[in-house]
Amino acid sequence: MTRIALAADQLASLTRHARLAYPEEGCGILLGRATAEAAAAVVEELVLADNERADSRHNRYVIAPQTVLAAHRKAREGGLDVVGYFHSHPDCPAVPSDFDREHAWPGLSYVIVSVCAGDVAEVRSWRLADDRERFHEETLETLR
Amino acid sequence: MSVTIHIPTPLRSYAGGQAEVAVDAATVGDALRALAGQYPSLTRHLYTDAGVLRSFVNVFVNDTNARELAGEATAVAPGDSLMIIPAIAGGRP
Repeated sequence: MTRIALAADQLASLTRHARLAYPEEGCGILLGRATAEAAAAVVEELVLADNERADSRHNRYVIAPQTVLAAHRKAREGGLDVVGYFHSHPDCPAVPSDFDREHAWPGLSYVIVSVCAGDVAEVRSWRLADDRERFHEETLETLR
Repeated sequence: MSVTIHIPTPLRSYAGGQAEVAVDAATVGDALRALAGQYPSLTRHLYTDAGVLRSFVNVFVNDTNARELAGEATAVAPGDSLMIIPAIAGGRP
């Protein structure tokens, strides 16, 4: 099983961003370091992004490629890499949808925050399988 | 002369572990097809089963998104630098 680790204050920042976006979807980019085999990643920095969708923001989000490119550059300047992304599912479990699966790549962590009635219900992290058929849940570790 | 395609970290394991791949191509579409031809296991992460470039896959040609130019028909010249960058999208069922 793969693993992603982030500091407790980063997790708090990420869930707050998701809560503030409710009832719309919130999203962001995880910068950090991956192990050589990419089986584990440690988040060093969060980019709290704007949901750049103009419509259906309650069940869709997008981070524009220009924003992703800027995050890649920022990561590289700090000796980091983009190790994953996060987004929220308002009033819905933290389980990837088919739409999530169609828009993902393997080798990255996809953290999903479930926000129910305005409160954070659960946070889980997933990785896409090589064959793109399913996500596998990974261990989400909080560092103190 | 060829163009250089920068491979994003998560896709490098499907491209022989390389960060950059040089291909001979006249357009962005040619370059991507040449890359996929060289590394077939990359194909499913760039193209749908119908062979269409996935909507979230973007190619920047010297810092300009090819979708703002002529898309896959965007001409490339020897020495150009191409970066594959995803738009991150998703959402609840």
